[in-house]
Amino acid sequence: MARTPTTHDPFNAVAEPKRRQVLAAIGTEELSVNEIVNLLGWPQPMVSKHLGVLKQVGLVSERRLGRQRMYRVNAERLRPIFDWVTPFEQFWNERFDRLDKVLKEIQKKEKSHAIKK
Amino acid sequence: MPSKNKTTITAEPGKQDLFITREFDAPRELVFKAHTDPDLFVQWLGPRGLTTTLETFEPVSGGRWRFIQKDKDGNEYGFHGVFHEISEERMIQTFEFEGLPESGHVTLETMKLEALPNGRTRLTAQSVFQSVSDRDGMIQAGMERGVNEGYERLDEILEKLEK
Repeated sequence: MARTPTTHDPFNAVAEPKRRQVLAAIGTEELSVNEIVNLLGWPQPMVSKHLGVLKQVGLVSERRLGRQRMYRVNAERLRPIFDWVTPFEQFWNERFDRLDKVLKEIQKKEKSHAIKK
Repeated sequence: MPSKNKTTITAEPGKQDLFITREFDAPRELVFKAHTDPDLFVQWLGPRGLTTTLETFEPVSGGRWRFIQKDKDGNEYGFHGVFHEISEERMIQTFEFEGLPESGHVTLETMKLEALPNGRTRLTAQSVFQSVSDRDGMIQAGMERGVNEGYERLDEILEKLEK
């Protein structure tokens, strides 16, 4: 399966569990790198690296506040990821709708057999 | 007509499995029959636009299965596995898509059929993948197909409008 680079595709960016932890740590707040480092207890360069990727795919936005950079989760960009199973669900729905039809037909046949008996 | 019985898929981030749940307005023996009678099974296996052929289908514990799906351009997609356990309450089988760059990406599928009051049935299926990326890749492939089917439907609507 062809995969697009992590830095272009938000799906691949969140495929890395550490980056999901970063998103979860920020949550609905606006936090500085140091605050995120404190929350996660990871080395600062590691946090910065993941923030960089998340920023590139637009999952977090960055704002300068004095000497600090503040980060918040870009909820709009995150929405398609939460909805990602929807089309897969649709595929199964269509399959099961066909199964419904098959089941209805067998039930009809069984009923007409019962009447004949 | 789309059914009022909705399919629910649960795939927690970072996990290796996914769950599919669906209810049917038919008794369990019939839902089971639709899964094990080859003539019935091919009717709903789908997806639409592809013709499905059951090459091997031995729905008994220890049996094998293989089916081939062909698109209108003649491309063939093979799937195969073995039935580990087959009973009306529970079907356990392996599943492998033959079109992946390397073989050995096998999924373990457990499907449970639960008889509900008023002749209804609840189906719960769990698929366990070998890795999180195997699972996510499968969902993404399903997603691409879902999008394609969406376009096909759009084509149909456009065709009707033209007439």
